[in-house]
Amino acid sequence: MANAELVKLEGVAKAFGAVRALGGVSLDIGAGECVGIVGHNGAGKSTLMHVLIGGVAPDAGRILVGGAQQTAYGAAQAKALGIRCVFQELSLCPNLTVAENARVFHPGVSGWGWRRRSAKLILDKLDEIFPGHGVSGGDLVESLSIGRRQMVEIARAFTVSDQPARLVVLDEPTSSLDEHTALQLLAYIRRAVGEGVSCTLISHILGEVLSATDRIVVMRDGKVVVADQTGAFDRARLISAMGGVESHAPRQARAQSAAEAPVQVRIRPARQPDGQELVARRGEIIGLAGLAGHGQTDLIVAAFDAAGRRGAAEINAPVALVAGDRQSDGVFPQWSIAENIAVRSFEKLKAGPLLSLKRERAFAEEWKARISIRTPDVGAPILSLSGGNQQKALFARALGSDAGIVLMDDPMRGVDYATKLEVYDLVREEAARGRTFLWYTTETEELKNCDRVYIFRDGIIVAHLARDELTEERVIHSSFAGAH
Amino acid sequence: MSAVALPGETARGRGPDWRRALRALLPAVSLALVLGAIAWINPRVISYFGFTLMLNYAVPIALATLAQMFAMTANDIDLSIGAFVGFICCVVATYLNQSAWLGALLLVACVAGYAALGALIHARNLPSIVVTLGMSFVWQGLAILLLPKPGGHAPIWLQATMSYRPPYVPLPILASLLIAAIAWFGLMRTSYGAILRGAGGNATAIARAGWSMLRAKAILFGLAGLFGVFSGMALVGITGAADAHLGDGYTLLSIAGVILGGGEFVGGVVSPIGAVIGALTLTLASTQLLGFLHIPPDWQVAANGAILVIVLAARVAISQRGKAR
Repeated sequence: MANAELVKLEGVAKAFGAVRALGGVSLDIGAGECVGIVGHNGAGKSTLMHVLIGGVAPDAGRILVGGAQQTAYGAAQAKALGIRCVFQELSLCPNLTVAENARVFHPGVSGWGWRRRSAKLILDKLDEIFPGHGVSGGDLVESLSIGRRQMVEIARAFTVSDQPARLVVLDEPTSSLDEHTALQLLAYIRRAVGEGVSCTLISHILGEVLSATDRIVVMRDGKVVVADQTGAFDRARLISAMGGVESHAPRQARAQSAAEAPVQVRIRPARQPDGQELVARRGEIIGLAGLAGHGQTDLIVAAFDAAGRRGAAEINAPVALVAGDRQSDGVFPQWSIAENIAVRSFEKLKAGPLLSLKRERAFAEEWKARISIRTPDVGAPILSLSGGNQQKALFARALGSDAGIVLMDDPMRGVDYATKLEVYDLVREEAARGRTFLWYTTETEELKNCDRVYIFRDGIIVAHLARDELTEERVIHSSFAGAH
Repeated sequence: MSAVALPGETARGRGPDWRRALRALLPAVSLALVLGAIAWINPRVISYFGFTLMLNYAVPIALATLAQMFAMTANDIDLSIGAFVGFICCVVATYLNQSAWLGALLLVACVAGYAALGALIHARNLPSIVVTLGMSFVWQGLAILLLPKPGGHAPIWLQATMSYRPPYVPLPILASLLIAAIAWFGLMRTSYGAILRGAGGNATAIARAGWSMLRAKAILFGLAGLFGVFSGMALVGITGAADAHLGDGYTLLSIAGVILGGGEFVGGVVSPIGAVIGALTLTLASTQLLGFLHIPPDWQVAANGAILVIVLAARVAISQRGKAR
């Protein structure tokens, strides 16, 4: 069990712009201890993990490894100290073989016969963790299934050549594993911990965390809220620690009942095994909730693609999308604010065959006034706006269009609070006028603006909550899977 | 249970291997087809002297193709290789011919300059297509400054090397085998070669594992420069004299050769042996085959492009059929 302290974080804080990801976190990881980290979206788990492995430098706080304070702590130093990570998005080179990928991880494996030694290193570990894995050293990683790639990534983090393995951070390691291999991994974690290797397990599957860890740290809003021996937790206590007790912000009841309004959207996630489908009626605001990256964006993109096409999905009005990743999917960085707002509506701003710049400008001015985009001139470049105001311009693009259905892909990321409140009002106002909203959000608070909420897990809808059934606890309860 | 951990996957897992093998064979098959066509039209060229003559220019093209391949290993592209080869030809035919030391020093400086370009591209996160396009004008300008009109003289030893007639196997074939073997061993078999290819496959993973991406890029571009220098030397050894425009066609030929040989523009997927075969195929197809077919020179460039399109289309078709399974 936990004896000598291996890694100690003291008062670690980190902010990304205006967003505070970590607000003074202290964490001890003992040698030969498995610590579970759980928390809902934005709780700061992944930032904490990146601080641990030297990928992110904290703004404040101390990092101690083996009792020695670390200065200029970076990825290379963390690795030399024996701190490794299994990344959720995987860090294998797809164009290299399994053996070559092991070699990338071990600078000491070189010279004659490195291929054979490297293959032996990784295959021995694969045999140990995942007996019957079916991987060979000469396989190209890109030819392996995602599950096998994850097995290789996990095994690689535990291999030892010239550098020790003292702490292995596992970020959602079972997300691509089937039940059997996930169990193999959990059993191996217990064996490794018994041999003195420390592990940090970040998982949304509470049963895994409860069965494989010695201690559990619950995070919320960038802080550790509870840390205790695993035995002191059960599923219910974990969920209530993650969600806490929320006071419910009142929201004016919707005037008209939407139950009889015509259906605007009817769509099923591609992998949905049962008949559950997402239905949105005219004038409804539908929330898509659950942990980030569990299929919500995929469904929104599928709805966007299905618009105007004949297929299994039913989309009965033109659609507009408000992108969440502003920089890559939203703004045209070289264009003016006016052009960015008008691009979805060029058709109706035409004068003859050409675009009327006067009408484009008037259109942008109208929306600037309606949603108070803070700029003296809509002809200015879009990048002259703050992030929140850029996002408002993207809302203006969608709301100013002819779309009857507005798809929102977590659009409030990195937007300040005042702007959010303005946008919430706008969304409700537009819904009252008969627009339908599909709103994916990672902030449970925002779901209170929705009429109904669908909760996603592993790419499928696992729960459907009406407004009066919606509590943060219910959302968390459904987002985190039970015991395996 | 669990001899097969993820059921249904083994069968699929075999697909890519089969595809990989077919894709690896494709360059060799296209070379065989072109050779077959030439042999069918004019069987007498399939002889020691026939090959020596037909593949005369294959060696510099193969070297330039490998130079391009090193740049493409790191997801970059070198649009200046042709102009660079032309410049090297001018340096070899002037400085190296007059003073071995000064010439050698200049050539080494050129390689170092290429490595510095790679470092610059990485450090400033510049698009290589822009940097190398700019550099192509620099090399071209320097070459014209050096030799405003065709002239100079290749060193005697270089001419002697390029016109050496080894027993049994024609020199271009022997040289191609040697070049391919060296590049294959260096990039595909050494442990640092795996890091260089990984830099193209997943740069983040390489950096996370503690490797310097700056060093990897500088080394890859340094290798591109080195093979560019070899290409220029081989070329001027064949022609005997230099001209600033000697390497002009090499940029596109080298890119085509890498792609024909099974390489990809992104992802660190390259094949040194395939690249050399691609260069040989293009040499034969672009000059000899079209000449034998009595295709007028006006149409040869277009015919060359058509051959390229056909081979690349076949490759894409094979890859996609595999994905659809």
